[in-house]
Amino acid sequence: MTHSAIETTSRAYVNIKGTSDGLVIHLGAGDWNTLLIALAEKLDRTPSFFRGGRVALNVGPRQLTAAQLEVVGNLLSKFQISLWAVLSDSVETQRVAAEMGLETSLTLSRTEHLLGEKIGGHERVIADGEQAILLRRILRSGQSVCHTGHVIIIGDVNPGAEIIAGGDVVVWGRLRGNVHAGSNGNDQAVVCALVLAPMLLRIAGYVARSPGREDSEAYEQSVVPEVAFVHNGQIVAEPWRAMEDLYPDWRTDLLRRAANTLSTWF
Amino acid sequence: MGATVITITSGKGGVGKTTATANLSAALAMRGKRVVAIDADIGLRNLDVVMGLENRIVYDLVNVVEGACRLRQALIKDKRIENLYMIPAAQSRDKSAIRPQDMIDVCDQLRPEFDFILIDSPAGIEQGFRNAIAPADRICIITTPEVSAVRDADRVVGLVEAEGKGPTSLILNRLRPQMVQRGDMLDTADVLDVLAIELLGIVPEDETIIVSTNRGIPVVMENKSRAAQAFCNIAARLLGENVPIMELEEPSPSWLGKIASWVHRK
Repeated sequence: MTHSAIETTSRAYVNIKGTSDGLVIHLGAGDWNTLLIALAEKLDRTPSFFRGGRVALNVGPRQLTAAQLEVVGNLLSKFQISLWAVLSDSVETQRVAAEMGLETSLTLSRTEHLLGEKIGGHERVIADGEQAILLRRILRSGQSVCHTGHVIIIGDVNPGAEIIAGGDVVVWGRLRGNVHAGSNGNDQAVVCALVLAPMLLRIAGYVARSPGREDSEAYEQSVVPEVAFVHNGQIVAEPWRAMEDLYPDWRTDLLRRAANTLSTWF
Repeated sequence: MGATVITITSGKGGVGKTTATANLSAALAMRGKRVVAIDADIGLRNLDVVMGLENRIVYDLVNVVEGACRLRQALIKDKRIENLYMIPAAQSRDKSAIRPQDMIDVCDQLRPEFDFILIDSPAGIEQGFRNAIAPADRICIITTPEVSAVRDADRVVGLVEAEGKGPTSLILNRLRPQMVQRGDMLDTADVLDVLAIELLGIVPEDETIIVSTNRGIPVVMENKSRAAQAFCNIAARLLGENVPIMELEEPSPSWLGKIASWVHRK
């Protein structure tokens, strides 16, 4: 490829913009490796401008693997730039980025602001990390999902699988593996599942163990969606109620009801 | 046309991978297909023993991979069934003697000459397992109705999915219908409930398997036991035939027995 061809490519597909959230590098369509070469050239032209900064990467609908993201990260670090966020329309790319500990949105502060307005007078604490990752598959034995925000699974979480979330955990399926919500110490975190039968359930520093195998089978017979949370220093589980009952004061509401009912979780 | 490569794996040891490989290979060959069975359990070879071809080994898979012999020299022809061949594993080496790419190369060489290549995977999820699934077009997971075996099978399904391999189907081995009826054993629904993959067949517990394994004659070759029938049915399903899953409840009494009980009732 001639030099001028690279120039064209770089102008067409690599775009660096300054936004209120900092620098965002847009990588458009086209061959991935060509884009990286173009990006390197662009950075090389004014290295001192970028040095020591942090950037977000916008890859549009492109589906990237962890290895590909790592290559970009390494390339940027050569110019002493740190990559802090990856923006993409692809759920897969978002998931990979989240697993690598990168942010997948620039708008955290804006979301908080909007939520604050909607709720109005209510005192509402935004839990650490309102972002979530969503997985639509069976989480099998030995597989693990670890995320600083919330984790949502559409599918079963089998025994031997593990979820560790900084925020809440929602399982649209049977939760039979290990789960740790509020892993960064947030004891306001909750765990919801259509069938809540985890082997080990942790919220912040609290631990609840599954009742014996026999019990849990009987337990699964009468399935109702449940939510587990911390109340009076222990984890309790409650049948899930309609959202309108619970919102906006659903946590207080749950606590009130939990006072009457002690569940199987100790 | 090229052969279909089927890897038989389980995670847990002793659930019947080798027995299933030997019997399915023989059953497919008896249906007139050209079949080669490859023992990928390097260092703990025993497919040759189960197939009764132990005394015919000159060269093995590692010899082929290292170029010590030609592939054709390591192919052992079964004299009892037309079109049945096997490639033994080395006994004096370990799993690190071959790489996944070697398995792919060997299978690619064999594909034009065979209809089916069955690979007997070692237990575990390490290098030997990765070697065994590398060339696979489809994967048969074998498990017994035990919680531990099902847990390992779930782990293996997850790993296979992560490698982008499949389709994955299940053989449920050593099921004891009486124990299931008494509620002392996991039943098919319990196993499928966790694994959520296609059921390829159910093989009942059968003493004739032990006898035939020790004698080096796969059960499908010589008797009409229920296990032999189950393996023949699985082979038929691999050929794309629609064979219903065998009823495993106790056989209904013979006509003589029926008359006897009728007379008795009078």
